[in-house]
Amino acid sequence: MASLSINNVCKTYNNGTDVLKGIDIAIDDGQFLILVGPSGCGKSTLLNMIAGLDDISSGDIRIGERRVNDLSPKDRDIAMVFQSYALYPSMSVRQNISFGLEIRKQPKAEIDATVNRVAEMLQITHLLERKPSQLSGGQRQRVAMGRALARNPSIFLFDEPLSNLDAKLRVEMRTEIKLMHQRLRSTIVYVTHDQIEAMTLGDRIAVMKDGIVQQFGSPQEIYDNPANLFVAGFIGSPSMNFIPATVVESAGGLGVKVCDDHGCVVLPLPHNRAKLSAWIGKEVIFGIRPEQITDARTAHREGLPQMDCHVKVIEPTGPDTLIFVTLNETKVCCRAHPTEAKRPGDAMQLVFDVSKAVLFDPKTEVRIA
Amino acid sequence: MANKLSVGRLLVYAALVLVAVYYLMPLYVMLTTSFKTLDDIRQGNLLSLPQAWSPDAWSKAWSSACTGIECGGMKGFFMNSVRMTVPAVLISTMIGAVNGYVVSMWRFKGSDALFTMLLVGCFIPFQVVLLPMAQLLGWLGIANTTTGLVLVHVIYGTAFTTLFFRNFYVTVPDELVKAGRIDGAGFWTIFFRILLPVSGPIFVVCIIWQFTQIWNDFLFGVVFAAGESQPITVALNNLVNTSTGVKEYNVDMASAIIAALPTLFVYMVAGRYFVRGLTAGAVKG
Ligand SMILES: Nc1ncnc2c1ncn2[C@@H]1O[C@H](COP(=O)(O)OP(=O)(O)OP(=O)(O)O)[C@@H](O)[C@H]1O
Ligand SMILES: [Mg+2]
Repeated sequence: MASLSINNVCKTYNNGTDVLKGIDIAIDDGQFLILVGPSGCGKSTLLNMIAGLDDISSGDIRIGERRVNDLSPKDRDIAMVFQSYALYPSMSVRQNISFGLEIRKQPKAEIDATVNRVAEMLQITHLLERKPSQLSGGQRQRVAMGRALARNPSIFLFDEPLSNLDAKLRVEMRTEIKLMHQRLRSTIVYVTHDQIEAMTLGDRIAVMKDGIVQQFGSPQEIYDNPANLFVAGFIGSPSMNFIPATVVESAGGLGVKVCDDHGCVVLPLPHNRAKLSAWIGKEVIFGIRPEQITDARTAHREGLPQMDCHVKVIEPTGPDTLIFVTLNETKVCCRAHPTEAKRPGDAMQLVFDVSKAVLFDPKTEVRIA
Repeated sequence: MANKLSVGRLLVYAALVLVAVYYLMPLYVMLTTSFKTLDDIRQGNLLSLPQAWSPDAWSKAWSSACTGIECGGMKGFFMNSVRMTVPAVLISTMIGAVNGYVVSMWRFKGSDALFTMLLVGCFIPFQVVLLPMAQLLGWLGIANTTTGLVLVHVIYGTAFTTLFFRNFYVTVPDELVKAGRIDGAGFWTIFFRILLPVSGPIFVVCIIWQFTQIWNDFLFGVVFAAGESQPITVALNNLVNTSTGVKEYNVDMASAIIAALPTLFVYMVAGRYFVRGLTAGAVKG
């Protein structure tokens, strides 16, 4: 196990595309780092750089105390699960898993034991003698996981390892990975598109966009205190509501004014007045998560601002029902208790918990407060 | 399927049969002629079957026909061709496989330029390289030997085999090589353990191509080999052109078929694997 630090790493491909533009990330020994970001933002590229499969253009990568820039992949002591699985087509599942161990000259008995242990954990024992072409997508993915887990490297690199599994298996595997991490305290870098995986697995999340780390922090930090509009919108599902609104004076403080076709309400802002004084009378983007706009019963707190809103659409999800209304001409998603939800077309009383609301500059999209 | 043939279909079949007959006719004439006696040939017409099937022409062609002043039949030259073709095919195919592997999976600075240069090698006409090649063989002291011919064919064939393997390996996902590198495998381990096992189809294609090219080659054979070491194509030419006494068409035909048999054989044996390999390779792991 080892720590990982990535200092100002840039990557420019031969054809001139800048894929990574100065990545700075550091995690401690045993931490679980999640990389998230839209397709094409450079996540796989960054993993390749950490693995040493491709040269970095500038910067430093350290694993533990070693600077690994010039080390070949096999000397970096890593294991990797590829986004495309990359199973060896001519080898059976067993051989796929044992290949790396054989090359590292482990004793036969030890290899067999490892393969069986890993296969059991991944529920692929019955597939061990098959060829990859005889497996389903999800089974292939688990074999790819197995190939990495059979080793005991300083760092695991996982590139969307669960993306092809069915919902149930995905949840099971997620728990397995978490268990494995808790047991072995391995250092892991994990790319995912799945919000829940990102929040549940990670000790640290790096949100990337266009080859730049937008924010790096603990999951809760990123969820509660997004650095900019992009991060706020990317993390969380359903995503945060962004309501264009004007900052106004309200009883003893500042607030934002939001209107429905029934009427308006001024939502008092919890933030420090001094920070916002420059924005009085100007338009900002008011960010509030769906669970912070809810029915009176779920809110179970007195004195919160409330308003009757015209329900446009409802989407029951089971534990709660998503209510869509229109505020300041923007579609807004609210999360309510299923029994409290009104029908589309009716008016419904919504309660706003503004304590965690955030504000963004509409032009630069940077967080104001 | 409708059980009555439509007019269109009938026309198509008729055309196909016609073309097939057209192509098979020379083979038929060669085969029947090779089993006729000389008298039979003189009396009968070209298309008739032999009056009595006689293997004499075949045994003469194989062991006692005269090619120039020698009268040892085709057998020595047949073996020459085998000794030339087998190593040349195997060596050029192996070199092509490694070249293709490097050019597609281990790109280095200038690898694209190198590949382009190799490609140009496919378009160089034989005639252009004759003189320099003769010079080179002279320097190496292997002029007029089978070894020399093998070298010529290996050099000339490498351009094609590299192209074949390169085009095959670019369709293999390069993550396979990356996974191998992470597992700690080196250049050759990755090649032998991961890539070669999936290269069956392209090996078959390459071997068929190279075998046909090298076995059937005449120009290099006639220029770079003399007397004892001539390949069968050259010997066949000499046999047919040797004019002592009567023209023995039956022996000529038998010799020509002997010279063509190995390529036919390779097509019939490997062609099956060729098709099978292509369909099996379509399902990627
Ligand atoms: N060899 C290459 N040459 C040039 N550009 C490349 C190369 N490989 C990747 N890119 C580009 O780099 C960018 C990042 O690719 P990368 O595979 O890292 O994305 P990603 O974040 O993993 O996306 P996804 O979530 O879809 O897997 C893409 O725009 C891609 O087109
Ligand atoms: Mg990717």
